Amino acid sequence: MNTPTAYFEGLARWKPLEIVFWLVLVGLFFVPGVNLPLLSQIIIWGLFAMSLDLLLGYRGILTMGHAAFFGIGAYTAGYLGKFGWTEPISALFLAAAIAAAVGLLAGRLVRSLGGIALLMVTLGLNLILYDFVLRSTELTGGDDGLQGVVIGQVLGMFKFDLYGKTAYLYSLAVAFLMFLIARALVKSSFGLALLGARENIPRMIMLGAPVGKDVSAAFAIAAAMAGVAGALLTQTIQSVSPDALSFQRSADVLVILILGGTARLYGGFVGAFVFLFLRDWLAQLNPVYWYFWIGLLLVVVVAFFRKGIVPSLGVLFTRMQKKRGTDERTPNRAAL
Amino acid sequence: MSSVASILFNGISYGVLLFIMSVGLSVTMGMMNFVNLAQVSFSMLGGYVMVVAMQKFGVPFLWTLPLAFILVGVVSIVLERLLFRFFYGTDDLTQVLLTIGLVFMSIAIVTYFWGGTYQRVNMPEWLTGQQELGGFILERYRIFLVVVGGLLAFLLVFGLERTNFGAMVRACVDNRRAANACGLNTDLIFAVTFAVGGGLAGLGGAMSANLLGLDPNFPLRYLVYVLIVVSIGGMGTIGGSLIAALALGIADVAGKYYFPSIGGFFIYIVTVVVMLCRPLGLLGRRA
Repeated sequence: MNTPTAYFEGLARWKPLEIVFWLVLVGLFFVPGVNLPLLSQIIIWGLFAMSLDLLLGYRGILTMGHAAFFGIGAYTAGYLGKFGWTEPISALFLAAAIAAAVGLLAGRLVRSLGGIALLMVTLGLNLILYDFVLRSTELTGGDDGLQGVVIGQVLGMFKFDLYGKTAYLYSLAVAFLMFLIARALVKSSFGLALLGARENIPRMIMLGAPVGKDVSAAFAIAAAMAGVAGALLTQTIQSVSPDALSFQRSADVLVILILGGTARLYGGFVGAFVFLFLRDWLAQLNPVYWYFWIGLLLVVVVAFFRKGIVPSLGVLFTRMQKKRGTDERTPNRAAL
Repeated sequence: MSSVASILFNGISYGVLLFIMSVGLSVTMGMMNFVNLAQVSFSMLGGYVMVVAMQKFGVPFLWTLPLAFILVGVVSIVLERLLFRFFYGTDDLTQVLLTIGLVFMSIAIVTYFWGGTYQRVNMPEWLTGQQELGGFILERYRIFLVVVGGLLAFLLVFGLERTNFGAMVRACVDNRRAANACGLNTDLIFAVTFAVGGGLAGLGGAMSANLLGLDPNFPLRYLVYVLIVVSIGGMGTIGGSLIAALALGIADVAGKYYFPSIGGFFIYIVTVVVMLCRPLGLLGRRA
């Protein structure tokens, strides 16, 4: 029974832990006294990191400029809100489309590069955009960002409230939809082709896979999702600042993804949880030196848990299952 | 005419600083393929060594420079032995994250000890003010930079091309495994090179504090510049780094002077274009 269809069906089957994961995120909404604005941020960062995972985790492309797409989405939503287009969902589509177009171009540009050249070009493109936004004060508000962004009600019913209830559920719903798309993609033949090219490009070329085109496509999709994440941030906090596309953000999202674990889709969300909670806590503890701990965390993670949280837990989980003697087939790519 | 000359001169003196800060990284990257972003933290450390030595202990400026070189060199070799050498075989991403983590830590540590403000640097009398030279009025400190930079570049090229140790370093850059098989102690050669590169970064930092300003964000401000020099010049080439650093210095000063509206990203555009056309850098060779 090892037909291709059966194989893909097996890949796509939902595991219990996955369902638990999303139910927990919904359940958090009902916990009294929970910090909903922080949770919304976590969801948005998680979605952003997941989009990077498509490039870095599934294709092995080390980009240092992913915040550019996040920023494009954020500013698109900001402009729309500022100039009267207050309907949020259509704004998400537009943000995704524009970010995807830019992503397609960027992917075309860098797809033959590797190593330090790839790193420098993505970093350079990000910096050019950041510098442009910072300098064109009349167009973008420069350092202050866009003021007077108005966002209408979601589906014409739910107003963005002060406690961030609408913001959380809205972000969660959008992130879940994006996750479904990403999940379908990476468990399709396209996802397999990406993984194949990550491991061995010459071999994939020999097999006749359009390796270059796949990179462009992956860039476009990842950019669209990053753009959606950026637009979500604009809509939930009703303002945009150039921070949205700073190098710092590109570095942070990389840290989040590595922390959580690559090529798992869930890694970004788990990493965002740990990173943002830690950052929030450390910044409260000491507003000046908290970056020391972030740096130390990075060094420790890279040195000892290079795989990240989710894969490490996955290994632990399968080991526990084996001990209990269940002879379930060891999953190809860990439990989650 | 004189504005062109002064821009050239300012650009060159700026480029000299960039060269000193980044040449060590270029050589170690060419040799071990190790992406050490913490190089800029070494520079910052050198700057603080200079400031503390001058202000707390009254060491004359000229003596603080070798002090910065030696102290930072020692720090870098300690880090290399304790930490970096375990990451030589790993991928770019691991190295980038490891060393950027160190950069974050260094920023926090420096803030803890010396606060987050810019450090005042008091140059000795003979290095301040201006000097007429061949019809041009030039800043004395920049003349000093160009002279020292020229000397260092000469020493480095001479050391690498004409000395025994230089030949070993070149052998390691070209093919580490073959060099190892010929009986060279590549581990030791690399450690020494790393220390010299780190020391040079410290020296560059000490020399730049007066001109570029010294505060805890120094590494993040100049990280991109150092990376541009290394990647455009081509890893493992001193000549390439020198050309790239001088060009970058001149381009940055000229861009900010002539096109203040786009000045900043002129150099980024050049970088992107060069990297797209020559992914290995101007003088880079395929290993």
